[in-house]
Amino acid sequence: MTVEGTAQRKNTRGSSKRTAAKKATPAKKASPAQDRNSGRTEQAEQDQLVQLLTPEGERVEHPDYSIDLSPDELRGLYRDMVLTRKFDAEATTLQRQGELGLWASLLGQEAAQIGSGRALRDDDYVFPTYREHGVAWCRGVDPTNLLGMFRGVNHGGWDPNTNNFHLYTIVIGSQTLHATGYAMGVQKDGADSAVIAYFGDGASSQGDVAESFTFSAVYNAPVVFFCQNNQWAISEPTEKQTRVPLYQRARGFGFPGVRVDGNDVLACLAVTRAALERARTGQGPMLIEAFTYRMGAHTTSDDPTKYRADEEREAWEAKDPILRLRTYLESEGIVDEAYLASIDKESDALGKRVRDAVRAMPDPDDMAIFENVYADGHALVDEERAQFAAYQASFVDADAAAEGN
Amino acid sequence: MAVFEKITIAKAINESLRASMEADPKVLVMGEDVGKLGGVFRVTDGLQKDFGDDRVIDTPLAESGIVGTAIGMALRGYRPVVEIQFDGFVFPAYDQIVTQLAKMHARALGKVKVPVVIRIPYAGGIGAVEHHSESPEALFAHVAGLKIVTPSNSSDAYWMLQQAIAGDDPVIYFEPKRRYHDKSRLDTESIPDPLHKARIAQSGADLTLAAYGPMVKVCLDVAKVASEEGKSVEVVDLRSLSPIDFDTVQSSVEKTGRLVVVHEAPVFFGAGAEIAARITERCFYHLEAPVLRVGGFHSPYPPSRLEDEYLPGLDRVLDAVDRALAY
Ligand SMILES: Cc1ncc(C[n+]2csc(CCOP(=O)(O)OP(=O)(O)O)c2C)c(N)n1
Repeated sequence: MTVEGTAQRKNTRGSSKRTAAKKATPAKKASPAQDRNSGRTEQAEQDQLVQLLTPEGERVEHPDYSIDLSPDELRGLYRDMVLTRKFDAEATTLQRQGELGLWASLLGQEAAQIGSGRALRDDDYVFPTYREHGVAWCRGVDPTNLLGMFRGVNHGGWDPNTNNFHLYTIVIGSQTLHATGYAMGVQKDGADSAVIAYFGDGASSQGDVAESFTFSAVYNAPVVFFCQNNQWAISEPTEKQTRVPLYQRARGFGFPGVRVDGNDVLACLAVTRAALERARTGQGPMLIEAFTYRMGAHTTSDDPTKYRADEEREAWEAKDPILRLRTYLESEGIVDEAYLASIDKESDALGKRVRDAVRAMPDPDDMAIFENVYADGHALVDEERAQFAAYQASFVDADAAAEGN
Repeated sequence: MAVFEKITIAKAINESLRASMEADPKVLVMGEDVGKLGGVFRVTDGLQKDFGDDRVIDTPLAESGIVGTAIGMALRGYRPVVEIQFDGFVFPAYDQIVTQLAKMHARALGKVKVPVVIRIPYAGGIGAVEHHSESPEALFAHVAGLKIVTPSNSSDAYWMLQQAIAGDDPVIYFEPKRRYHDKSRLDTESIPDPLHKARIAQSGADLTLAAYGPMVKVCLDVAKVASEEGKSVEVVDLRSLSPIDFDTVQSSVEKTGRLVVVHEAPVFFGAGAEIAARITERCFYHLEAPVLRVGGFHSPYPPSRLEDEYLPGLDRVLDAVDRALAY
């Protein structure tokens, strides 16, 4: 069902050196002068997007990035996207019902996340931000584990080393440095795994992101920077963060950048695979800008009608990542009614499982406040824990006494 | 100018920014989402519409950049009022604030001024995810060159911000976010208290509670409950943490003989430690009990389902009041 088959992997690795060397320079195609003059026009974007599947669901070729997937793998990508969207919708509903304090929806970004997530090998390491629910899915993190922090029962909810999927990071951009450092460690160990850091177009303005570019370039660290440019950072459009297309930033730091159609799961998969392969084979970092759109609000606390027009959303609706893959799969006869129905059924079951799990999720014990503050313990924490326990116990006693009366 | 009846703290800050911008064309508002959106708490709502995007500036998402460029604009004669979206996001700017903003006036032998005001919605109680509920005031109060204030009601919110903007020093203006929607009377006509003066929010005879920002309301509630139990509690709203008006606290403690300091921030190395030490020094012979502190634990701010346990509430403060009175 997934596209992580070993045959696939070997294939990519076998041809990596040649193709990667060729791939490494797509940024050169863009003429800086032309960009300066035309600004961020729709046409310029179209010219530079790596695309393998058009919004109409037609398969197209790209000179630098090709992909050949089996019917099973293609169906797997479809299933991943549908289930991720379902999970996301369920979480949004649960927030509305008061089961979650907040939710950051990935609606519209399924292809960017599933495409890049399915390009990863098990031994790769992922540093996500707070919206990478689809990548988490690809890593095998149980989706219900993602909800604890949004419900307010924990700050993480999973062991990062189980699936090589780090905790969500809320302070924007911070994790890009962690990814770089981790990649430097991988390199020192002589391992051939790669590291991927996710961040947004807004986060690209942070000093930490620039510093991670510098470090990764200087040390030739095996890290892939995957920027999901969903056009908005809460209320601020990408123009408030940059005046050059984001992928072009990489060049100034000394590594290649490429812009991929973020609503095209095949292109996201192909480009990320190539970038990971570069990293694995010692060719250093690469920046991928997945050009996509946040269809929903920034989070459930946000009201996008305050700052963006409905027409914009409607225009992007026509580029829906799931619909276009489905159109393609149907036209090729890769999926039929029965298959689609089975995915819908699986999707409903997932929704129910998530709903039940969240409703059953217990509040943490009061004493959890003092747990894991230090790895080796700390006298002050011990003292405060004891004081707090005694304080809490005083109420229990009072209640018991009251009952006794 | 009108005297408003009852108004929320958020609206009072909005009116204050408006008044400052009208009074001085050099006043600028800067930050993430402060323009069209009016900030994530809508505190800057409508300002960009009325003053233009030249004076109400949506910045890139870079806190070090926001504060660093504000410093530069201040050096050029502007008065930037910077919004940091949430307490936990000030740290990328901490370097600029601590190493540059705080020290520049001294390094330039007093020849340059950097009147930057940094507004930070702070502290917890709103059920948020991590980094959205912290009380980092002690980290700033420890730094010479910065002034730190935090209002607890609408009139103070309105006046203290204008005073901060009009002053020539850098000011960190902490906004108690869980009180944003609390309404209280805004008096736009009487002469306001000086920016760094503490205020007796409730007078009493047996014990002094010193608090600031979001905890003032909790302490007023405590005073009410205590009075039903026959105890007379005085509440001092500190309003300013750098400098602290120790004189007002001292006179109160000389009268009551007991002091409990309450804040949300962790007790360890917190504002309460400074106040306890100073008041012990000043009022040693008046004190009937050691100065007690109620605050957060030495732990990361917990997930929201535990914040009611973590935050000092009525019961924990009353417990401290009882302990102090028991000496
Ligand atoms: C250092 C920091 N500053 C501000 C915030 C508040 N904040 C959370 S998400 C966000 C917008 C981020 O936009 P972008 O990086 O484009 O990612 P997106 O949310 O669109 O996926 C902001 C300003 C934060 N989390 N961290």
